[in-house]
Amino acid sequence: MSAASAQLNSTPTTAVTASEALPTAEQHGIKEHSDGRFGYVPVQTRSDRFKSVNVADFAAVTGREAVWKLSPVKKFADLTSGPLDGSVYPIDHTDVAGVRVDWVDRSDSRIGSAGAPEERASANAWSSFEQALSITISGEDAKEATVTRAALGSGARGAHTIIEAKPFSRAILILENTGEARLTENVEIILGESANLTVVSLQEWGDSAVHLTNHFATIGRDARLKHVVVTLGGSIVRVNPSVQLTGIGSDTELLGLYFADAGQHLEQQVFVNHVAPNTRSRVTYKGALQGQGARTVWIGDVLIGREAAGTDSYEQNRNLVLTEGTRADSIPNLEIETGDITGAGHASATGRFDDEQLFYLQSRGITEDEARRLVVRGFLSEIVQQIGSPLLEERLQAAVEAELTATEDN
Amino acid sequence: MSVLEIKDLHVSVETDQGTKQILHGVNLTINEGEIHAIMGPNGSGKSTLAYTIAGHPKYTVDSGSILLDGEEVTTMTVDQRARAGLFLAMQYPVEIPGVTVTNFLRTAKTAIDGTAPPIRTWIKDVRESMKQLRMDKSFAERNVNEGFSGGEKKRNEILQLELLKPKFAVLDETDSGLDVDALKIVAEGVNRAKENTGLGLLLITHYTRILRYIKPDFVHVFVDGRIAEQGGPELADRLEDEGYDRFLTESNVG
Ligand SMILES: Nc1ncnc2c1ncn2[C@@H]1O[C@H](COP(=O)(O)OP(=O)(O)O)[C@@H](O)[C@H]1O
Ligand SMILES: [Mg+2]
Repeated sequence: MSAASAQLNSTPTTAVTASEALPTAEQHGIKEHSDGRFGYVPVQTRSDRFKSVNVADFAAVTGREAVWKLSPVKKFADLTSGPLDGSVYPIDHTDVAGVRVDWVDRSDSRIGSAGAPEERASANAWSSFEQALSITISGEDAKEATVTRAALGSGARGAHTIIEAKPFSRAILILENTGEARLTENVEIILGESANLTVVSLQEWGDSAVHLTNHFATIGRDARLKHVVVTLGGSIVRVNPSVQLTGIGSDTELLGLYFADAGQHLEQQVFVNHVAPNTRSRVTYKGALQGQGARTVWIGDVLIGREAAGTDSYEQNRNLVLTEGTRADSIPNLEIETGDITGAGHASATGRFDDEQLFYLQSRGITEDEARRLVVRGFLSEIVQQIGSPLLEERLQAAVEAELTATEDN
Repeated sequence: MSVLEIKDLHVSVETDQGTKQILHGVNLTINEGEIHAIMGPNGSGKSTLAYTIAGHPKYTVDSGSILLDGEEVTTMTVDQRARAGLFLAMQYPVEIPGVTVTNFLRTAKTAIDGTAPPIRTWIKDVRESMKQLRMDKSFAERNVNEGFSGGEKKRNEILQLELLKPKFAVLDETDSGLDVDALKIVAEGVNRAKENTGLGLLLITHYTRILRYIKPDFVHVFVDGRIAEQGGPELADRLEDEGYDRFLTESNVG
């Protein structure tokens, strides 16, 4: 790397599976897109985007904004511009030593320490919440806690959550979301020095739920955040994790698994900002799409800042298209401002279900249905296996299985 | 005794230029325990014959039939054929990401037998076969064919042949791309499978060298979508000396 500042903006890939758009010559389905085709495109540095906690500072959403252009904004105008119910809502949580769950006032000093809204739905939530849900983790022992939201109702809501992992603490935290919801929210994740936290955000919403969430994380010195987004249920679900590697030697692993059925819009805009030296990031998102109108969006921005010498970064997104009539957008962006990095790369691929794989498995006596399940399960299990909680892994495998069974019934 | 009969088989494939006839009336009978070598130049339709027997959806049977012990195979699905006792070792085995060899083998064995294999003997059988094929133990936990070398893929095909125990196996250029050591290991595996189960073999090859290690009972010369000549092992020797030119000229004239 010799350029001191370069915007490496790769060609976005969009796979539209209308039948006429399908190349028949592709024997092995997966269309690779990786480095080597960089074009130099002058765009605003990712960290320079306008930020404000005040909704009035943002113009009305049109759908042409960079952050909204791939989202069905008309379907959630209530969340970007309407009044929101910012009151406290019911939660369930496990009682685990070293994990404190309570509600705190807006004056809590941690609020705003991990990030600020870059778009109107996020700012609307910030302007509206009355109290923030606070999850504070302490203690060096390994532990696992679950916080469940299952009764948010169908009115438009704004919410705020603070997750703080004290220095040297360790935990796996599972955020479970089920039932109905029309929710826009911000989640701040603050890792103290040497903390080791896994956050699993599980979206298993009911069929008509709309959920827009921004996760802002800031990672202290030598701390490690594993962040896992699993989205299976809901009508429109947009989870945007934004991680600031501010501590020297901090590390993050961002994993995502999504399965879009007919009519579902599942979106994730991931941002990793390497601020401090010797930081490491790995981003791996995998999605499956099936059914008419199944739609997914993945945007992965990585910024390696001027001070971030010794950065090691890699991001990838892979989509498996199971039927016609789906659309997957996959857009990786890599921006590098220092010449002194250990590694930086990205890959993005969207492929059809591979008929040759199916034939191979069937030629060994395996029925077509089982062969399909085997291939999809295999594709997605790479993410599930990395979560690090056997119980949760088992549960997610079962959830993926249920999605696959649902296909056959369609 | 089992028998596989191919009768006046005509097969075509859809291409961008329209329908293309590839097999023009193939006749072949293989009895259990027999080894038939099919030899022919590139593009003569050997893989088409192999895929058609296995039921690949790209190939259309226009007329003729394939009978396994009198049962029509061409109307069966791909997996039904496998469960009926047919096996195809592919020329280009495909990768199955995220599916381990262990998981794949167990799933296939269960599908073919109709019940899960008894765990202890199964693990022993898998280990034993892998050892004899000089496959490292670590293969079991790798994803099917992912990152395998050409030779490793072919050994993985023979591993399946040994474990799934079909009545008839078609080996499509299993020898291509193998160095002599790998070729011997693969040939030993095939011979072992035949000794243990007495299966019938259709050995498709472009070269004669595998026939040094696997002795055919019959040799068929395949040209332009049909069998142009057949004989015993001596026909292979003649092909080694003369090549396919004699047949190609004839077919061009005819
Ligand atoms: N799927 C296919 N699509 C188009 N053409 C094919 C296809 N499969 C085979 N062919 C054509 O049929 C002929 C025979 O091919 P193949 O059976 O692969 O021969 P071989 O295995 O003897 O080399 C060739 O001309 C080949 O191009
Ligand atoms: Mg061939």
